[in-house]
Amino acid sequence: MALTGIQIFKMLPKTNCKECGEPTCLAFAMKLAASKAELASCPYVSDEAKEQLSEASAPPIRGVVIGAGDNAVKVGEELVLYRHEKTFVNPTAIAILIDDSMSDDKVNAKIDQLNNNKYDRVGMTLKANLVAVKSTSDDAGKFKALVEKVSAATDDGLVLIANADCIKEAISVCAAKKPLIYAATKDNVDAMSAIAKANSVPIAVKGETLDDIIELTQKLTAAGIKDIVIDADEKTFKDTIKNQIAIRRAALKKKFRPLGFPTISFPCDMTDDALYETTLAAGLISKYAGIVVVSDIDAPNLLAMTVNRMNIYTDPQRPMVMDQGIYEFNSPDENSPLLITTNFALTYFIVSAEIEASRVPTWLLIMDTEGMSVLTAWSAGKFVADAMAPFVIKSGITDKIAKKKIIIPGYVAQLSGEFQEELGNWEVQVGPREAGDIPKYLRNIAGI
Amino acid sequence: MGFELPKDNYTGSIREVVIGEGDKAVKIGGQTAMPLCGFEGEFPNAPKIAMDVYDETPEEWAEAVTEHFKDVLSDPVAWAQKCVNEYGANMICLQLASTDPNTKDTSAEAAAELTKKVADAINVPLIVYGSGNAEKDIEVLTKVSEVCQGHNLLLGPVVEDNYRQIGASAIAYKHCVAAETPIDVNMAKQLNILLENLGVSPDKIVIDPSTGALGYGIEYSYSVMERDRLAALSQNDGKMQMPMICNLGKEAWKARESKISVEEEPTYGDLTKRGILWESVTAMNLLMAGADILIMRHPEAINIVKKAIADIHS
Repeated sequence: MALTGIQIFKMLPKTNCKECGEPTCLAFAMKLAASKAELASCPYVSDEAKEQLSEASAPPIRGVVIGAGDNAVKVGEELVLYRHEKTFVNPTAIAILIDDSMSDDKVNAKIDQLNNNKYDRVGMTLKANLVAVKSTSDDAGKFKALVEKVSAATDDGLVLIANADCIKEAISVCAAKKPLIYAATKDNVDAMSAIAKANSVPIAVKGETLDDIIELTQKLTAAGIKDIVIDADEKTFKDTIKNQIAIRRAALKKKFRPLGFPTISFPCDMTDDALYETTLAAGLISKYAGIVVVSDIDAPNLLAMTVNRMNIYTDPQRPMVMDQGIYEFNSPDENSPLLITTNFALTYFIVSAEIEASRVPTWLLIMDTEGMSVLTAWSAGKFVADAMAPFVIKSGITDKIAKKKIIIPGYVAQLSGEFQEELGNWEVQVGPREAGDIPKYLRNIAGI
Repeated sequence: MGFELPKDNYTGSIREVVIGEGDKAVKIGGQTAMPLCGFEGEFPNAPKIAMDVYDETPEEWAEAVTEHFKDVLSDPVAWAQKCVNEYGANMICLQLASTDPNTKDTSAEAAAELTKKVADAINVPLIVYGSGNAEKDIEVLTKVSEVCQGHNLLLGPVVEDNYRQIGASAIAYKHCVAAETPIDVNMAKQLNILLENLGVSPDKIVIDPSTGALGYGIEYSYSVMERDRLAALSQNDGKMQMPMICNLGKEAWKARESKISVEEEPTYGDLTKRGILWESVTAMNLLMAGADILIMRHPEAINIVKKAIADIHS
């Protein structure tokens, strides 16, 4: 439970030295309680108090880092149940499953997919993040060799799925990469916990019930292990989601520490149908999984999962935006039509999809309107003639087109006169109101 | 003592709405908890899948979809029957797209006649969506309403600009209405209030919150639907306690990802798989946000979503 200002005050030196910048220790305590100050500002606080206070001020769901270097991923630290309350923080890590029964060719193909299946969208690169290496043979030598091979072939982090003996062998070749080891159960918790401690790596727990899981996380916590991930999968999707909800509610609403950890889920074990698996994985991305382990990151499957993840983890208060500038579609030339719209990413996606579908070579000017859609930007004074005209002129588009003619969205038809005036010797045309009518409009212009 | 799942207290519940008449009638809604929270509430009616049928041969549909309907695309009656008999559609959504004055401008009379034929030919409830041209939809949907009296259709999209006429007609001929607003809780509530003030029974209203596809605003739909449901259940807001319908097939198959060939976008991989996933993942999210009716197109995407529904409602 979060501490009150008075509880925190009792642990402070009470000397009112003012070195923290506050007039009194009590004032400092009040700010700490409101998360408006950092404990580090007090030079005299005891180590004991520090530990107690950092424990109390720790996020309700721990952040766990898997992997090392640029490709390390952090999961957890989520603060809300519903994304409209506050942005979901650390996007679900997508892990591709490789096991030691697979042929070399298959392993290589999966690693290729992990390294190469990437998509650029709104200035972000969408990709899978982890590789889960699983032992099906319980052959420690075989597992170690596979882990070594995979580890060398990718910069992405690892999840090691095997019994404690196999993991103990394999960790020697990848400990520096901080793999997640999977999983401590009530039968092997001591051995697994020793490996996690000795190598400072995160550890997953698995139990039959949430009670088993709680017992395991408590045991690991008592042993000084902090980086824990919970597998609470059940036989049905329904019960798996129920556990996801239970864990997040317990951690956030009850500040229940034994469940205050990110989760790992295995859509790969839920079905043999690749498309159903991807759909379930998408559901788990939306409802709280920290990591999803999937058997298929073939391009379409990964695209759907990563776009789903990007959408759900978008800041609900701040729209995604596109860079201002000139965009080309269907290889335009100097006689191709020129359209203009705002930089709200959704507007861009919809408009660009329609232009592309029209197959008419077209120029599109995207103007920075702070991520507002056409009508909103117009009413906020961002997408108006005296702002648009200088942008168009300075954009460099005049070097690319022969005839100075520009098409504006139908929803802002009212600004065409003024826009024309501001632009001088340009011709301003009013395009369709709805993006869906763009292809027909462009084809008409092109005479197709 | 064992762990106890922290439960939410809900003070409200979702109304049950019946669509269709007699043997065809199907009930939706009735939930008393947030989606996927079967452990703390009742979910008497599983979500339903309505399949898209268009009033004229669609010209720009993805081949991945049309290949399953080649034999029936020009015959809405046969198309609807195929959806029900072969693909197990729980409902049919007849989209009267050709009535749009900007396209074919099919007359209200012709549209109504066709609707009647489709309604008579199937043994599941019929949803009828106009072209979305608010003015023309008045003419079309009031005519449909009159001609199809006794079928208890679900008519939509009813919007602020046409709710009076279509609402009044729905009252007179005993149909349900789908009230569409642009991804906004307050506007949804406002339209429900307007409809109720007009005399439409709240048991005859379904909320159409407007649907964005995966990559094209799904997150807005997802969150507005969660907020709609929280208003209904946690705040017991009587003006928001209607089931929800999502017209998603149209949106998912319009996405660039469902259309662009692998030759043009090699990193995207197989086009058919992509389209199916675009629809099934869009539907999955809407299901998880509380959708009661999902309007869909592709048989395989539908199969996937049906499996998920069967699991969630097992």
